[in-house]
Amino acid sequence: MEAAMGLMRRIPPKHSEAALSALLSLLPHHSADLLSQVDQPLQVLCDVDSGKEFILCEYNRDADSYRSPWSNKYHPPLDDGLYPSQELRKLEMEANDVFTVYCDQYYEGGTSSVYIWENEDEDGSRTADGRRGYLEEGSWEAIHVIEVVPLDEATARYCLTSSVMLSLTTNDESSGAFNLSGSIRRQMNMDIPVDEGHLCNMGRMVEEMESKLRYSLDQVYFGKTKEMICTLRPPSELVQTSLPEQINK
Amino acid sequence: MSDEEETQPTDEQKIEIAKWFLLNAPAGEIQYIAKDMKAVLQDETLYITAAAEAFPLYNKSHMICLDFPDRSGEVMVTPFSEIGENEYLDPRTAQVAIVDHVNQVCRRARPANDEELPTPYIEEYRYALDIEVTKYVSEAYPKGICSVHCVNGKDVEEPGMDFELVVVISAARLSPQNFCNGSWRSIWNVEFKDEAQLVEVRGTLQVGAHYFEEGNVQLDAKHECKDSTMFTSPEDSAHSVTTIIRHHETEYLNSLQTSYSKLPDATFKDLRRKLPVTRTLFPWHNTSQFSLRKDIQKNLGLEKKK
Repeated sequence: MEAAMGLMRRIPPKHSEAALSALLSLLPHHSADLLSQVDQPLQVLCDVDSGKEFILCEYNRDADSYRSPWSNKYHPPLDDGLYPSQELRKLEMEANDVFTVYCDQYYEGGTSSVYIWENEDEDGSRTADGRRGYLEEGSWEAIHVIEVVPLDEATARYCLTSSVMLSLTTNDESSGAFNLSGSIRRQMNMDIPVDEGHLCNMGRMVEEMESKLRYSLDQVYFGKTKEMICTLRPPSELVQTSLPEQINK
Repeated sequence: MSDEEETQPTDEQKIEIAKWFLLNAPAGEIQYIAKDMKAVLQDETLYITAAAEAFPLYNKSHMICLDFPDRSGEVMVTPFSEIGENEYLDPRTAQVAIVDHVNQVCRRARPANDEELPTPYIEEYRYALDIEVTKYVSEAYPKGICSVHCVNGKDVEEPGMDFELVVVISAARLSPQNFCNGSWRSIWNVEFKDEAQLVEVRGTLQVGAHYFEEGNVQLDAKHECKDSTMFTSPEDSAHSVTTIIRHHETEYLNSLQTSYSKLPDATFKDLRRKLPVTRTLFPWHNTSQFSLRKDIQKNLGLEKKK
């Protein structure tokens, strides 16, 4: 399994879907682990009832169907799919509404979906929240999984694992094909009082995390790859060029 | 995909998968991928077959450079220097290296025989270009290697016929301890056209970088360009061609830098703003300003029972 994750770290991000398929076929016994640990580009489906789009991911999947957060129905329909409890469903609907606004504010477009479910073993609930912004030349996809464990009456522990997948491509005459993509994963744990509600706490964590990740991607990752290129071949200020006269005889 | 967990892929399919992973390894990382692939396949024989097919392709495409066993020089493993199975010519020392692809070493060397080398006429041009390009590469690249080969017309004895040389330049920076690797590869086809007395130059530049500390970010950029100059003496042609190469490569580097500096401003900001338009963080506790049901939210927070 460790070897599989090693492979995923080295394969070009644009091939990550193909790589995951290949690994799933070679290691069927590890499929649960692979699917939950390897992030894939997010796809969307349109909810037939509300006409709104929702994101497909591991967290709203049961067999080959996906549950829409808007109508709480499986697409394609499933007889005995898993559903969150009434209480969680209310929180989920609220969360979806709030995050839609959040998404709009930060992404000025894009799609967001929140899924909440109960973890069997513990008395906690998990929220997964996928966010997808899409531009002609690139895409940003974020998945945040928060595990909420109530510690006592007044506080809860929130464990957030976030991954962001980014892809930027340009293709023009002067610079040829340029493709920069990647994914990073981070974790954050916090104990917060619940007086303002879970949604508030989770929302703040997600917001903080996304900002950090965006900064990270920008400064560290893109900065580093650019630095590498300049190390390979330092910019021309250091190189003397002289045009010979013979060319223009 | 998940419903067919019982059907294992066939041996052939497994080999293809292993080959695919190996071939897609970033510069300098194929041995790491090899190690992980062996663990995932759990079948030595299958791995060996896949490696035997994948490594030569990878080595040639990445133009790796190997030392001769007696340290008399280096040879670049490229499609242009290949003269036989696992045999690669180094025109500078007129030696042929016998290469072990999977272990990425040169096993032994032998002198090249006359049929394998170009004629003196061609060699004049090849040699002159080699000198100029080597000088350029040593100035422009801290750790670059290059090679010039004749790919067409190596038996041309005197003026009157076309021939073609290829310049390959490769630079790699490997820093696995810093989780960062990168490579630059350029291939320049130089066609000497006798009738038009013209030299046509076509270049393919490929740059890659991989940063993988707690993540996996890769750059993959490619560029093609063309130019031409007059067909003159070996030294003058060499000088002109090298100037062309230098010019285009420098231009390309500049355009890469421009692309990078445009990233934060244009593209990135369009995907996700640093802050919402309100210039403040999102008001989670007070989303009623967006007319939502604040009360339910508070109630849910308090009612969560064990």
